[in-house]
Amino acid sequence: MAAGLVLAGCANGDSGGDNGAAPDPGAGGDSNFAITFLPKSLGNPYFDTSNAGGAEAIAEFGGTFQEVGPTEASPTSQVSFIQTAAQQGVDALVVSANDPAAICDALDEARSVDVKVVTFDSDTNPECRDLFINQAEAEGIARVQVEMIAEQIGGEGQIAILSAAANATNQNAWIELMQEELAANWPDIELVDVVYGDDDDQTSFDRTAALLQTYPELRGIVSPTTVGIAAAARYIQTSQFQGQVAVTGLGTPNQMREYVEDGTVTAFALWNPADLGYLAAYAAKALVEGTITGAEGDTFDAGRLGSYTVGANGTVLLGDPFVFNADNIADFNF
Amino acid sequence: MVPHGRPLWRRAVLTREGAVIGMLAVVIVVALTTVPNFDSPLTITFLLRDVAPILLIALPMTLIIITEEIDLSVASVVALSSVTVGILTRDGAPFELAMVAGVLVGAVAGTINGFLVTVVGLPSLAVTIGSLAMFRGISVGLLGTQAVTDFPEEWTSLARSNIPGTPIPSIMIAFVILAIIFGVVLHATPFGRSLYAIGLNKEAAHFSGVNVGRTKFILFVASGTVSGFAGVYFTLLYGNARGENATGMELAVIAAVLLGGVSIFGGRGALHGVIAGVLLIGTIGSALRLAGVTADIINVITGVVLVLSVVSASFLAWFHRARATARARGEKQG
Repeated sequence: MAAGLVLAGCANGDSGGDNGAAPDPGAGGDSNFAITFLPKSLGNPYFDTSNAGGAEAIAEFGGTFQEVGPTEASPTSQVSFIQTAAQQGVDALVVSANDPAAICDALDEARSVDVKVVTFDSDTNPECRDLFINQAEAEGIARVQVEMIAEQIGGEGQIAILSAAANATNQNAWIELMQEELAANWPDIELVDVVYGDDDDQTSFDRTAALLQTYPELRGIVSPTTVGIAAAARYIQTSQFQGQVAVTGLGTPNQMREYVEDGTVTAFALWNPADLGYLAAYAAKALVEGTITGAEGDTFDAGRLGSYTVGANGTVLLGDPFVFNADNIADFNF
Repeated sequence: MVPHGRPLWRRAVLTREGAVIGMLAVVIVVALTTVPNFDSPLTITFLLRDVAPILLIALPMTLIIITEEIDLSVASVVALSSVTVGILTRDGAPFELAMVAGVLVGAVAGTINGFLVTVVGLPSLAVTIGSLAMFRGISVGLLGTQAVTDFPEEWTSLARSNIPGTPIPSIMIAFVILAIIFGVVLHATPFGRSLYAIGLNKEAAHFSGVNVGRTKFILFVASGTVSGFAGVYFTLLYGNARGENATGMELAVIAAVLLGGVSIFGGRGALHGVIAGVLLIGTIGSALRLAGVTADIINVITGVVLVLSVVSASFLAWFHRARATARARGEKQG
């Protein structure tokens, strides 16, 4: 039987420990940290930037940077990559979770073979990881987006939200807070719909087109995802709605540059994903070294970003969101 | 009977099943000697655990394809079963009942397929493309954008447990039992022989007393039931029930079945080849992931292996025909 072959293969293969390429498990303090970054999916410029920040940090403190990930951001697609990292015995895994629960068991297994787990950008359930690097407080992110859209449409009219996947942890938390913020402070703004573009350019583009057909009175679109805002801006730029319908949300300067320059987009916000990846890598290093455990009040050094303190629930806050507009966008390149 | 002039090993390798098992052995040996950490016991645990749903569903799928039918709805049935387990658990039903319901929902789904194919007399390709969409739609509709992730710890840890003292996942016990049942039915009973007869020539099988409709009906119910069971396992393994679960798995199953030497035109195939086919695809994926190959390249390589296997099958058939013709000529001259 084939299964017998697999067993035989494994039974006599456990002595082949001459693989020089294997990361050194449990390397403490020898300045050779093996850290694997696992974004929601590969090929997303946002994660390319955060991974570059992680690579920069790992180059600073001496270690092996590895970047792996699925091609599509589905809940269980990250499981096999977590398993692979556990098999390789890496020191730490830095993950942006597609789903707060679906990868928990896989992360638990990785941690049981002494892999430190840091989540960033999108968290898992707190018990499944050692630390979460939070890009910004959800309240701050929601508030800045509501303020931007309110300012751009003059404080009244219909708006819609173009989100990523329907079960993306961070997206849903922000949308909920935006709804609260709108209800509390902007009675004349009506949120007519929340649509999902699955962080796919074409899907987001089509959803934008459908929104404008369904709601001819629409004054603004808020997209709290970098893929969505760029697709929405591209649709508006080439349609008769340019200048009539505001597009804002969370985007990256390089993606949004042309839309800001031609006036399709007035302002948008984000944090610096490179800093986020950089901070996550330093947090992973501190965990591997054992200088922190992820308990509240632990402090660690994060290179050029200075010193950080672990808050409640093993969370480290990067800082406040940053608003990009025509005046400052030229200063950024990511 | 002309005596074969070739040694036994060459005859064995020259069958499709032999070739696939041989390839599996080669891939395992190459991976053990060249891929770091492939010899970790975690490798076999993760590999078998992840391919278990595909292994399970491949059993009835083999029988269905041998009769020249197909069931494309299996992955949607997995999702339907998963969502059933999730909703019942969320609403407080006893978990044992929820699991039984998941399997039963699969059986009902298979009954619907079987009814449409055999009683109404529609082609299974059309029927199961339709039910693929229908069952997936129902699954996503039932849970919407939510996921149920709270399952009894004793059951989720059982799904992830190994046979004590080995790196083999416990689910393999269920698989081996089912594989023996399906193997005996297919290769050692009149019912099994009738499947080949149906696949080779439906009318001839009918006139020699085979109840074609009833036979196929049984197969579709079996396919649905096993998919329902795989859905329960999938739910426990990943600790989540959602409508999108197992999307695309039907193609993984069918690809493995065809790789294992079952003819898409019916009438040919054996279960051990199929099992080797599933393990071959799983092992290639596992080894390449460990070697740091990206997901899209893994898809390309898997695709190339499948195409080559189909091409080589045609070549082998031609080779055997050519030899037979040559032998026949030789006998005439003798």
